[in-house]
Amino acid sequence: MVTGAQNHQGEILIKDVTKIYDPEGVHVVAMKDCSFDIAAGEFAVIVGPSGCGKTTLLNAIAGFDTITSGEIYLDGELISSRDRQIKPDVERMVVFQNGALFPWKTVMENVIYGPVVQKRMKKREAVDAAREMLHQVGLNGIEDKYPEELSSGVQRRVEILRALINKPKVVMLDEPFRGLDAVAKTVMHEFLMDIFCESPRTMFFITHDLDEAIFLGSKVIIMTTRPAQVKKIVHVDLPWPREHHVLGSKIYLDLKREVLEAVHEEAKKAFEAGEREMA
Amino acid sequence: MEMIQELRLKREFKKVFNIRVIRGFLSIVMFVVLWQLVVFIKVPYLENLPYPKDVAAGAADAAGSRTYWFGWGISLVRIFVGFIMAQLIGIPLGLAMGISRTFKDFTFPVFEMLRPIPPIAWIPLAILFWPTRELSIYFLVFIGAFFIIVINVIQGVSNISVSLKWAASSLGARPKHIFWRILVPGSLPSIITGMTVGMGVTWNVLIAAEMIAGQGGLGRMTWEAYTNNNIPFIVVGMVSIGVAGYLCSTLVRWLGEKAMPWKKRF
Repeated sequence: MVTGAQNHQGEILIKDVTKIYDPEGVHVVAMKDCSFDIAAGEFAVIVGPSGCGKTTLLNAIAGFDTITSGEIYLDGELISSRDRQIKPDVERMVVFQNGALFPWKTVMENVIYGPVVQKRMKKREAVDAAREMLHQVGLNGIEDKYPEELSSGVQRRVEILRALINKPKVVMLDEPFRGLDAVAKTVMHEFLMDIFCESPRTMFFITHDLDEAIFLGSKVIIMTTRPAQVKKIVHVDLPWPREHHVLGSKIYLDLKREVLEAVHEEAKKAFEAGEREMA
Repeated sequence: MEMIQELRLKREFKKVFNIRVIRGFLSIVMFVVLWQLVVFIKVPYLENLPYPKDVAAGAADAAGSRTYWFGWGISLVRIFVGFIMAQLIGIPLGLAMGISRTFKDFTFPVFEMLRPIPPIAWIPLAILFWPTRELSIYFLVFIGAFFIIVINVIQGVSNISVSLKWAASSLGARPKHIFWRILVPGSLPSIITGMTVGMGVTWNVLIAAEMIAGQGGLGRMTWEAYTNNNIPFIVVGMVSIGVAGYLCSTLVRWLGEKAMPWKKRF
């Protein structure tokens, strides 16, 4: 769709990544020898106990934070290691947990910010492109509103469009729909599903919501409790585009049981670890 | 049609003359009546108070005199010179302290040492230090607004969520862009708060400075009314200072609304 020709790029390779916060002081090991890969155009969903280091990994891929050891590659290029950290760029777009639309910019100004600041498009062109994107997802008419005038569901969609207009190789979303009610979430899932099916690109989606994980993901990566490692990878072989009635199908329920068991085990460990820390 | 028009008129009428406006008006009337009464029955210790009508006559006199309006002009110039200098120096300084840890480490301790000193306590030093009385008053007004704006800007910068900065850098913004398009607008609400509070303080400082050291200005005028034992004119001076301060605060608020259209619409 709006995102144009797609090029099947965006393969992510995560190799033995370790992240230790404050190595000389408190020494929190957030991730230890974590390895997995995401194929180009794959919708990867990461689930795991709170505070297990999912966001740490996202920050490392995005270039916001460094890692202690290991390597992260994007399309074969080393983007993060102990000695090398490629700065954030438009190939790795992030949609943040608490939303990061610029409150002082209108919807239109937010969406065109990327192409204009990179000088990739003239303002006129960017406005046209943004208008078309908004129109395609049924969000026309809000161009001149400020983010705080919109519901959080609409804000999230605008933020996703602001990322997509840059045609990134990877879109990373950190619990983007947390705090939305069930109905709004359904709308968001369909929105994301449409966008992904129109033009598949690599997705790195963090969530706590297992239904969301299986519904959206082509694979669900379950992380262990801290220090984070891969506990299990569940491939979701449901046909695309998915619609909400798959949530009742047998294959879906089997997948959910599989994911749930793995998550439950880790949640229990995390809980016990918490108890130990308290004691 | 006519009926609708009539209803609309009624609604407009109700909007303007609603019960709260009427109560507000009554409170002022009651205050003046009480004042009249206090003077009339010669309440102990308040027997020197002028009648409301004497003050009104004083105000009418003042409004017709050039010296009175000259006083307004002098005070307003002093306020704006000092206030604007404080913003011109304080905002960049606050931004620098908010952005650079190193710069803050070098400057903040001294800043925090000087900040608790009430601006009025600077008066003697200011008079000695600056070659003219006028310059020392500008300086005092400056002090009144300076520390407040700096502390607010620092606060404003540190309140900007890190995800906004990260989002901007992912979107391709370079440090220069992040400064001008994220840090500056992001700290604008705090800048406006600092300006509003600072404007209030500058009037306090100005009046004290004028009474002690000034030539001309509303504060000096009020003080001279005291030395001439012209009580109605003292009250006129006080009210004028109040009105002037209110107008200046309104101006700052208006500027704030203009500068932050995203804050206004809801």
